[in-house]
Amino acid sequence: MKLRDIQKIINAKVLTGEKYLDNVIKTAFACDLMSDALTFKEDKTLLLTGLVNPHIIRTAEMMDISAVVFVRGKEPDEETIKLAKEIGIVVMTTENILFTCSGILFMNGIKGAELARR
Amino acid sequence: MHVDNMLFTFEKGARKIQLSYVIAKNDFSKAGTVASNIKKTLRKLGISSDIIKRVAVASYETEMNVIIHSHGGKMYLRIDLEKITIIAEDEGPGIEDVEMAMKEGYSTATSQIRELGFGAGMGLPNIKRCADDFEINSSLGNSTIIKVVFNL
Ligand SMILES: Nc1ncnc2c1ncn2[C@@H]1O[C@H](COP(=O)(O)OP(=O)(O)OP(=O)(O)O)[C@@H](O)[C@H]1O
Ligand SMILES: [Mg+2]
Repeated sequence: MKLRDIQKIINAKVLTGEKYLDNVIKTAFACDLMSDALTFKEDKTLLLTGLVNPHIIRTAEMMDISAVVFVRGKEPDEETIKLAKEIGIVVMTTENILFTCSGILFMNGIKGAELARR
Repeated sequence: MHVDNMLFTFEKGARKIQLSYVIAKNDFSKAGTVASNIKKTLRKLGISSDIIKRVAVASYETEMNVIIHSHGGKMYLRIDLEKITIIAEDEGPGIEDVEMAMKEGYSTATSQIRELGFGAGMGLPNIKRCADDFEINSSLGNSTIIKVVFNL
């Protein structure tokens, strides 16, 4: 599913990365702790989180995650947006709570990301 | 992030690169800049993306541990023809029970740190999972030294 379709179904506002909205997303995961995020295998993955700070963007950068959704109407600060812009990561925010967002995406065919194993 | 020293040598076509970075205690404003620089360096060298991702995750976890849990320290990136090595050496306070620290979910992070999104107790296990070879050397009152190797 394209990011621009995801934006519509979860009723999100794009804060940066408009030009990447044609990128396709296949999987997603939701978490509020960086190291938890860092255990997933990236596969056209979307990160949903209630935690809003630049570290989330850094975490996404390390994992090659191309888009982050902040839930529950949380607005990141300028520094967070600036870093995302620099790296080229799409940032959206939605009024929906994490559970609702995840449910909508799952119903629309987005699968849970797998854990990275070696 | 402060790149402290750069050393590039090419002997008879053999690639050897060493970069070192200084990391200050609790400097969250620069958090991730070392790992980001390491990632960019590897990308420029044309290293495969699977390896880059593993090095990036391990470097980021290592860097954050130095920022969060130590009095500050240094990180090194070494690249030669066979492998990539990440080394971190800090100025203490060291780890009392290393075996415990390696367990998934074990963390001494404060609630303030957890509010920033750290302290899942997954960092060291993540580093080990990403690495081809992993060594940790630490005891209470001493430096923590971590060596992470990725075969090329
Ligand atoms: N460089 C270090 N110096 C001192 N103690 C450390 C260092 N690195 C790790 N530790 C200790 O080992 C514990 C486990 O580390 P680990 O990276 O696995 O988890 P964490 O840093 O607490 O949380 P997370 O990495 O998931 O954000 C830490 O809580 C801390 O007590
Ligand atoms: Mg850690």
